[in-house]
Amino acid sequence: MMIVALVLIPAVAGLLSFVLKSVTLRRALLMVTTVTQSALTVAAWLRRPEPVLDGWLAMDALGLVFMSVVSGLCLITSVYVINYLAKEPSGKRPDLEEPVFFANEPEAVFIGCLLLFQSTMTLVTLSHNFGVLWVAVEATTLSSAPLIYFHRHHRSLEATWKYLVICSVGIALALLGTFFLVYAATGTPSGSVRLVVEDLVAKATLLKTPWLKTAFIFMLVGYGTKMGLAPLHSWLPDAHSEAPSVVSALLSGALLNCAFLGILRVTQVLTAAGSGEFARTLLLGFGITSVVTAMIFIVGQLDYKRLLAYSSIEHMGILAIGVGIGGLGTFGGLLHAVNHSLTKGMLFLVAGNILAQFRSKANSAVSGMFVTLPRTSILWMAGLLAITGTPPFGSFISELTIIRAAFAAGHTWMAITLLAALGIIFVAMAAIFLRMLYGSSPEEQSVRSPLSESLFSILPPAILCLAVLVLGIFVPPALDRVLTEAGRLLGGQ
Amino acid sequence: MQEAVNAIVALMILANFLLLGTGSLRAAIRIVAIQGLALGLLPLLVHEKGLTLRLAIIAVLVILLKGIIIPRVLMKGLRELNTGRGITYYVGPVASLLIGILVMGSSLWWGYLLPLPDQPGYRLAIPMVFFTIISGLFLIVTRRQALMQIIGYLVLENGIYAFGVFFAQSESMLIEIGILLDVFVGVFIMGVMVFHISREFDSIEAGQLSTLKDWFRERRKSTETESPS
Repeated sequence: MMIVALVLIPAVAGLLSFVLKSVTLRRALLMVTTVTQSALTVAAWLRRPEPVLDGWLAMDALGLVFMSVVSGLCLITSVYVINYLAKEPSGKRPDLEEPVFFANEPEAVFIGCLLLFQSTMTLVTLSHNFGVLWVAVEATTLSSAPLIYFHRHHRSLEATWKYLVICSVGIALALLGTFFLVYAATGTPSGSVRLVVEDLVAKATLLKTPWLKTAFIFMLVGYGTKMGLAPLHSWLPDAHSEAPSVVSALLSGALLNCAFLGILRVTQVLTAAGSGEFARTLLLGFGITSVVTAMIFIVGQLDYKRLLAYSSIEHMGILAIGVGIGGLGTFGGLLHAVNHSLTKGMLFLVAGNILAQFRSKANSAVSGMFVTLPRTSILWMAGLLAITGTPPFGSFISELTIIRAAFAAGHTWMAITLLAALGIIFVAMAAIFLRMLYGSSPEEQSVRSPLSESLFSILPPAILCLAVLVLGIFVPPALDRVLTEAGRLLGGQ
Repeated sequence: MQEAVNAIVALMILANFLLLGTGSLRAAIRIVAIQGLALGLLPLLVHEKGLTLRLAIIAVLVILLKGIIIPRVLMKGLRELNTGRGITYYVGPVASLLIGILVMGSSLWWGYLLPLPDQPGYRLAIPMVFFTIISGLFLIVTRRQALMQIIGYLVLENGIYAFGVFFAQSESMLIEIGILLDVFVGVFIMGVMVFHISREFDSIEAGQLSTLKDWFRERRKSTETESPS
């Protein structure tokens, strides 16, 4: 029952918000839904709900972790988004970057899609049937496309079009992979195996191995496109830089994880079938390519939102490496997924504050933030440390776990390359961030009062920051237990 | 039955060649509609066990969505756009057809190599699936208009769906309906986007969408020189 409620509540609320006339009521609906969703998530931690629909929808440790991230981020961003929408001017207004005018998408569509987006992402985390999983992942693309096109100008249009076409084509390939999986599961010695994760894992040795491997390749490429693994990442920097910052936070913090979960589910089947090595090798390859590609684009990046987008590609690569190493690396990878979501969610929200004050996404336009935006600056500084894996933040622990696992598993060169890339990224990001924080603030900026430092624009990222900090000091036993259980599902320790 | 299935497979292959060779958007929409209709008939004929209610419902849905509703939406969109009706290319129709013949030839070759013993009757099925998928991807990449990218996506999807019909019967109608719904909503949203593109740029060339790049400073400069203000 609870599983159905988790998917249906935001879906119904989303549809409702399309028809609601009152602005206040609609915003209240968003708040109420995300709070309810979080309460249900807490309840799920206390008592795992029963599977429904013949096990198609169920909640295992893996799903629970990713669903909690989705619910938590949606709750925190909804506080931010209400404040953001209240400050967005209505009607046509001049663009910040180019001499054109644009208007916003109707707020009903924006909030409606936001809620539908939450519903579809929750469905992804709960799907244990590969068909349902595919439908849910494609639905996340469709419900988030209008969110990217919130500011209706030609740049966001371009970003949305690329996102839609590239991700739809990618996910279509994942559908082909799903069909290959069906074929691998039909006509086995014990008849056809249902397309449910648990059934496939239980009878994994009976599946046709060549088709299973082909299915993995197609699903890795398909869901990998959506996850932003290089070289399939080309939509990601555009979408993240053109979407409103709060949407970028959700895309980066929640959506990329959901796509990763798609890959993890099929990895589970391959591991059980004894082809885990094959899956892990491919994950390692894509992972290190992503880290190195991201590094190249981070060095000398001139746009701070694109910088964060490339940093997401880097971290998706780290997740793939973590799971690709296996063993303790799997645990590290999953912990890193949580850390990355919290950190990147926070950084994009802070970037939104900076954008509101300085009215430009160019690094060069921002300086002297400590003077104009003191509180935002502290968060930006903390975000820098957290995203680059500096102690005492959580990402330090998870990255350390992954690198230690890499050395222990004998992937010495992989570990060295990763360390070098992380070092270069740290220096590059620190150079950019510090230049934005220090220096004299531009004339016009010091005149403008720091309007954007209201409580509701500072509190949400501050909470996320605190959470990453806590995860760096100690991993709560409940989380540790669930992550270990999830790691075991993937064949780790 | 066997002959009917083969005829439909041949029709789908023919539709791919026509799409690769056509120069008119209107014709392209019609051809993709015919391919959708053919695809809808496929589940009715492939199954030896006979017609079940479930197969009938799926067939009707596929025919309705891919053969009638989606092409109608696209056609209506095309009428509202005040742009040319001709397709613009990166790779022209003659070259596309030659490449199509090469792809079809190699698909036949692969099809015979693959270990798919379960359905000996449908030797042409696998080459058709390959050819349709690759044609779809090829259309997306080599045609300039956003509308043709939607059609390419539809062709790609048709190919994947055909594979499902022949070799991977999913256990539930619910999932198949979900897949169809996703495709329909996807095409619909893409159609809306094409409408916005045409309003923004007075054309539906996806080539117009090339502002977003990584070297921000250069982009700045180029926009400044274009429109000094």
